[in-house]
Amino acid sequence: MFVYILKRILATIPVMVIVAIFVFLLLRLTPGDPAAILAGDSATPAQLERIRDRLGLNDPLIIQFMRWMGQLMRGDLGTSLISNTSVSGMLIDRLGPTINIALMTIVISVALAVPMGVIAAWRHRSWVDFLVMSFSVLGFSVPVFVIGYILIQIFAIELRWVPVQGYRAPSDGIGPFFSRAILPSLTLATIYIALIARMTRASMLEVLGEDYIRTARAKGVRENVVLFRHALRNAAVPILTIIGTGFALLISGVVVTESVFNIPGIGRLTVDAILARDYPVIQAMILLTAGIYVFVNLLVDVSYSFFDPRIRY
Amino acid sequence: MTQTPTSRHSAFQVLTGLLSLPAGARIGAGPMIAAAILVVIVLASVLAPLFVPYDPLAMNATARLQAPSSDHFLGTDPYGRDTFSRVMVGGRVSLLIGVGAAVVSVAIGLMIGLVAGFFRAADGVIMRIMDSLMAIPAILLAIALVALNGPSLTSVIIAITVPEVPRVVRLVRSVILSAREEPYVEAAIALGSSMPKILIQHLMPNTFAPLIVQGTYICASAILIEAILSFLGAGVSTEIPTWGNIMAEGRTYFQIKPGLIFWPGLMLSLCILAINLLGDTARDLLDPRMKKREG
Repeated sequence: MFVYILKRILATIPVMVIVAIFVFLLLRLTPGDPAAILAGDSATPAQLERIRDRLGLNDPLIIQFMRWMGQLMRGDLGTSLISNTSVSGMLIDRLGPTINIALMTIVISVALAVPMGVIAAWRHRSWVDFLVMSFSVLGFSVPVFVIGYILIQIFAIELRWVPVQGYRAPSDGIGPFFSRAILPSLTLATIYIALIARMTRASMLEVLGEDYIRTARAKGVRENVVLFRHALRNAAVPILTIIGTGFALLISGVVVTESVFNIPGIGRLTVDAILARDYPVIQAMILLTAGIYVFVNLLVDVSYSFFDPRIRY
Repeated sequence: MTQTPTSRHSAFQVLTGLLSLPAGARIGAGPMIAAAILVVIVLASVLAPLFVPYDPLAMNATARLQAPSSDHFLGTDPYGRDTFSRVMVGGRVSLLIGVGAAVVSVAIGLMIGLVAGFFRAADGVIMRIMDSLMAIPAILLAIALVALNGPSLTSVIIAITVPEVPRVVRLVRSVILSAREEPYVEAAIALGSSMPKILIQHLMPNTFAPLIVQGTYICASAILIEAILSFLGAGVSTEIPTWGNIMAEGRTYFQIKPGLIFWPGLMLSLCILAINLLGDTARDLLDPRMKKREG
């Protein structure tokens, strides 16, 4: 088990190195010129040349890459072109709101989607099943910001239950935090719920046809125990997998949702960086999110054996 | 035993397979409605310049933010442009990006997948690279490309394609891995067929059915991503109306004029819904085994 986890952690290193190479090449080989962005439209060729020299853009590609990787190893993600402060510092400052919203989203999604999928599979082809499937198809089709605006319209503007936008840290009080975080979390959760409910239903349908389910029912085990203990545990692996791979959706959704709800997290930071063309920040964000994605999927892989003891490493 | 595609299937037969039903299968009302909606949206977008009442770019300072009326079917935006005309024309770019991204992703993914599936030596390296690309979120990649190169159709399509290609590669590879164990491949090798011939003539046709399904899903998600990019200000130039940038411009006026987000949002959602439903139908018809697994 321990050896497996170690191997799995080591296996993420080449993945992250390839991501880094890819991000580096992509931003260097495309025609856009960071020096031109930094210098503005009125720069003379001599000024451009000086900026290129300062940024090291005149060095051979391989030297630039090695230097950049060296900085990454030391945890240095570069310097923002706009605010001239370190990118890693900027990210750390903005990470709090994003993590809180993301955690709340995951809790809401799993708490709603798994029972939805289980019940849909249990009452296969009934109206509940139809309802869950309709929601899940709809969740994939409506853009996340449209969901955000619909929720704002209903709950903040018409019903006046919660504020329209903004963010408070949980340390300022749970009430203000919750009332501002609930709509963004629900917005983000929609597509995640759609994804997880669909997979839970499919996976449960397969398991509910197994002999041991019939045996459990025959010996008089209560139905909810059959569903949630016998069946769900055996259906867990594909559900966990989709929670992990669906994390990419969540990351993309964060960027959009934070800008709809005006939340000062790393998503807003990214959008501001786009408008200012602050490419070191964007580059760091891609690396960070890819890193988070790889890490979450590592956790998912390791947790398989916890849910399904047949999986031994 | 369900009928499995063999190398005798031509692309044409696979396409007609979508229309001619296998025994026992039936198309319900849902997919028919979805197909009808999609046809209407595509025709409306393509033919929009012929029938929309106003130039979608024509500003009119005296008719700003008007409510729906007989003059302006869905009202006007903050610049006095006709919302109905803009929404109709806006579909053109969205659909173009959807189809473009799907075709490019499938074409590139097919080529890489064939190589990975058939040449064991290349397989490990290719799949590790694909794993890495999957970790990069499409939205952020698109943002980075657009931030550096300026907004363009190409940047948006590249950004959507990069994270989709690995999914296509995985699909093609898995089909090839199982198909190459079939007796007809062995027979072709025994008869002395060249490798490229076996790959293209015997193995590749097996991938067409799942690729059609995958292509529809990529198309739907590309349209969605385009809308999100435009919304964030990283999409195609605002001189060309797209569903995404109409909504982006409507953000500031959301509280007084929700229609600016609602109508393009509705068209977009209907379009994606229809494509997804057709994709599900195609999957059920073309590969009954997948239906069992995904429900």
